[in-house]
Amino acid sequence: MTTTFPALDGVLAVVAAWFAIGVAGIAVPRSLRFVALFLFPLSALLGIVLAGFALAALPGAAQSAILPIGLPGLPFHERLDALSAFFLAVLGLAGAGVSIFAGGYFRAGEGTAPGLMCLQYHVFLAGMAMVLLADDAYAFMVSWELMALASFFLVTTNHRIPEIQRAGFLYLLIAHIGAIGILLCFGVLQANTGDYTFANMRAQHLPALRASAAFLLALFGFGAKAGILPLHVWLPEAHPAAPSPVSALMSGVMLKTAIYGLARVTFDLLGSPLWWWGVVALALGLATALFGAVFAAAQVDMKRLLAYSSIENMGLVVVAFGLAIVFRAYGMPALAALALMAMLYHCLNHAVFKSLLFLGTGSVLHATQERSLGKLGGLLRRMPWVAWTALVGVIAAAALPPSNGFVSEWLLLQGFLFTGGLPNPYLRMLVPIFAAGVVLVSALAGYVMVKFFGVIFLGRPREEKLAEAHDAGFLERLGLAWLTAGCVLLGVFPVAVMEIVDPGATLLLGHGLAQGGRIGDWLVLAPVSAERASYSPFAMLAVALAVVGLVFVLVRRVYHGRVRRAPPWDCGYPLQTARMQDTAEGFGQPIRQIFEPLFRMKRELPTAFDTAPRYKVTIEDPMWHGIYEPIARATEAFSRIVGYLQRGRIAIYLLYSFLTLVALLFLAQA
Amino acid sequence: MNVEGVFAQLTAAVVALVLGPLLTGWVNQWRAWLQNRTAPPLTQPFRTLHKLFWKESVMAHEASALYRLAPYVVFSCMLLASMIIPTLSTNLPLAPAADAIALVGLFALARLFISLAAMDVGTAFGSLGARREMLVGFLAEPAFLMVVFTASLITDSTSLATIVSSLSHRSLAILPSLAFAGVAFTMVSLAENARVPVDNPATHLELTMIHEALVLEYSGRHLALLEWAASLKLFAYSCAGLALFFPWGVAEANDRTALALALPVLVAKLAAGGIALAVIETILAKMRIFRVPEFLATAFLLGVLALLVHLLLGA
Repeated sequence: MTTTFPALDGVLAVVAAWFAIGVAGIAVPRSLRFVALFLFPLSALLGIVLAGFALAALPGAAQSAILPIGLPGLPFHERLDALSAFFLAVLGLAGAGVSIFAGGYFRAGEGTAPGLMCLQYHVFLAGMAMVLLADDAYAFMVSWELMALASFFLVTTNHRIPEIQRAGFLYLLIAHIGAIGILLCFGVLQANTGDYTFANMRAQHLPALRASAAFLLALFGFGAKAGILPLHVWLPEAHPAAPSPVSALMSGVMLKTAIYGLARVTFDLLGSPLWWWGVVALALGLATALFGAVFAAAQVDMKRLLAYSSIENMGLVVVAFGLAIVFRAYGMPALAALALMAMLYHCLNHAVFKSLLFLGTGSVLHATQERSLGKLGGLLRRMPWVAWTALVGVIAAAALPPSNGFVSEWLLLQGFLFTGGLPNPYLRMLVPIFAAGVVLVSALAGYVMVKFFGVIFLGRPREEKLAEAHDAGFLERLGLAWLTAGCVLLGVFPVAVMEIVDPGATLLLGHGLAQGGRIGDWLVLAPVSAERASYSPFAMLAVALAVVGLVFVLVRRVYHGRVRRAPPWDCGYPLQTARMQDTAEGFGQPIRQIFEPLFRMKRELPTAFDTAPRYKVTIEDPMWHGIYEPIARATEAFSRIVGYLQRGRIAIYLLYSFLTLVALLFLAQA
Repeated sequence: MNVEGVFAQLTAAVVALVLGPLLTGWVNQWRAWLQNRTAPPLTQPFRTLHKLFWKESVMAHEASALYRLAPYVVFSCMLLASMIIPTLSTNLPLAPAADAIALVGLFALARLFISLAAMDVGTAFGSLGARREMLVGFLAEPAFLMVVFTASLITDSTSLATIVSSLSHRSLAILPSLAFAGVAFTMVSLAENARVPVDNPATHLELTMIHEALVLEYSGRHLALLEWAASLKLFAYSCAGLALFFPWGVAEANDRTALALALPVLVAKLAAGGIALAVIETILAKMRIFRVPEFLATAFLLGVLALLVHLLLGA
């Protein structure tokens, strides 16, 4: 136990240092060299330090402090317990990789001045850390807004482009609609005591109706930030608009703060969840995941594709969250711990591999000035460093062994296989259907990732200018390598990672995965028992590598290793151009066909007599048409009616005042 | 890990390497006989492999390191899969390394690599093959997992060794859930192994190819490795099917007599399975590629049905 270790002070010091770096950046707003070569690497180091403090705090008891900032008589309560420590570690580890990459990424003359950008970026980082530390609703909401506003300014870095303005506005709007939900949730949680500290909320025992209201408000509010259906629409707009390191941070870390909030409210502040909350979360999560995966397969913009893939992954996290609620509600803490572990592990994994992939797209974007998949191709030969690290990220995102993505999927599926023990017969029937959905989603993720990697990095360049593409610079490589190492280590040594993460689950459920024993051998993961299920990525990787090496040597010993280079064969068709490869549209075509009812498609097909034939498919999110446009129309209609009241003449307004007064008098008398 | 265990594990690997191509040859023989053709000898796949290994490997100018690496990775994945599945014994040292879910993941990893390698050279047929392979894969993988889940719920385990030993010890009654799962599994393995009605391993018509389009650019030792991997995959799928639906006769200890007894049982089961496969391939016609999603969706739904039947009837 490290209860005496002042980890909270350390974390707060890092937060303060991030603010200081931001201020240092604004002191020299135009000096790119100072910002890029000194401030961002320093910030990356601080990220590692933060992760160090957080990991040290994970097994220890909670520490709290009261900071005399904020309003008079309303100080910030800060608390560092195992759950915040886990998410702070995610922030520190992923943030370190992104920050070091950002040092090499930002160029002169792009939108916001580098110093200002540095301020926004570090306020964003510090805001996220403060969200995770907050121990009262006031501090939480202030930090939450700090995070949202800083990221809004980062999204609109290139604020002169109308599309980006629009994306930023949409993001800001949905962030605030979500914030209202969270605010109302805290309002319900404090149960008319007027005391908004989390300690007070924990002490309240809400009746079922109020607790359910609080849960649904939290699901709505945090769901808006996590990109849960139908509040996901900002993700595919904001991510392509933002610079890549910012996309990486938003997708990799900021979405996790929403999951943190959900877990904090449901398991910690509310305490004893009801079973149907879990079913709601399962259904919403699965719908989100399926929707994200299907739409990712149809995208032709690489960052938009990754944004939809993030929606899919957050859906899976919410599925694990729902499963944990169901198990917890039925008093099966060991299984709830398994599902919760799947959730936390997937948060960590997604932070690492999605940051990696977004950073990879950033390098591609810099090298080619292209985001459209239809104009890329063949970059493996031009930018090997980016391509090979992206390959690791792709394997992780496709949830394949021995990567980290597979570990969390494996845990989640194991969790589903225990639902036979649930006492509710309907749930026993229903939950395996969710398992089938999860499996379908993760198989689709593989499809999406082959498309992503294959179209960008493989094949022949689809444009002439790609020949000049250059590989990433030194700092960028460092960031990519850091996150790649994360993908590999988290994948190959899951037992060690889970034993570190376990206090987080124990805190929320009063029961960890390692209760009364270890989660497995050092290298063999067996969360329940070795007869039940086990998985050892290390053994698989070792044997596979040994076979590869052995075959490589044997083939050369017994036969030979000769190679002759020739033009591609392709069944002897002589005229081959780069345009004959599958395009991104082509690769997504089977998915579009199979899931046609989900899409709103507009197709322009050329006729046989067109002199300049054009083929164009536009895919729209059906949510726009189904939900957002009706709401917008209703709002406009309502404002028009309200508009009638405003006549612009003082006599009319006096009349309104008079009538109101009369009405009030009438009410007061009655 | 003791000497016996290592011996049993190595035996399993060697048996897979030898029986894999022989199984392919056996199926080809039976296909020829059923179609009134003169059959090639049983060892024909080995002769082909030998020939291919001797030839030099011709590669496109653009081919990258990923293209050269993929055959090794695919071969290694398939060999590893054959070593994990309890073919001869349920007590293999590698068995705890991967359960049934990880096995499915291993197949998916091989598919990812071969699809990426097919896109690497940038030819029209390569990317077409990659797209179709992923299309088949993303539908077949969930169906396979549903089959695995059904068996796991019956035996309370996802570990293949436990599944085999507990299934083989139960009384000889046909479980309705396993019957559904069996049909689903058969459909999945036809699709995954590029067999009629989904794909034709003997096709020379480019537009209908799936697996052949993926390996179109490969030659020499790389092609040999991929062909060997394909026959290992057929062997692994057959053994997985046998493990789930005909688990009897697998040794539960690693002593040599038990292994020696298990081998003829395995060969007999594989021979029967091979004939069944040849019959299926002879009586069915290959379907259009756009019908494949329907075929696999049916398999997926059958798998889900198997799961539900188990939960409803408890059998």
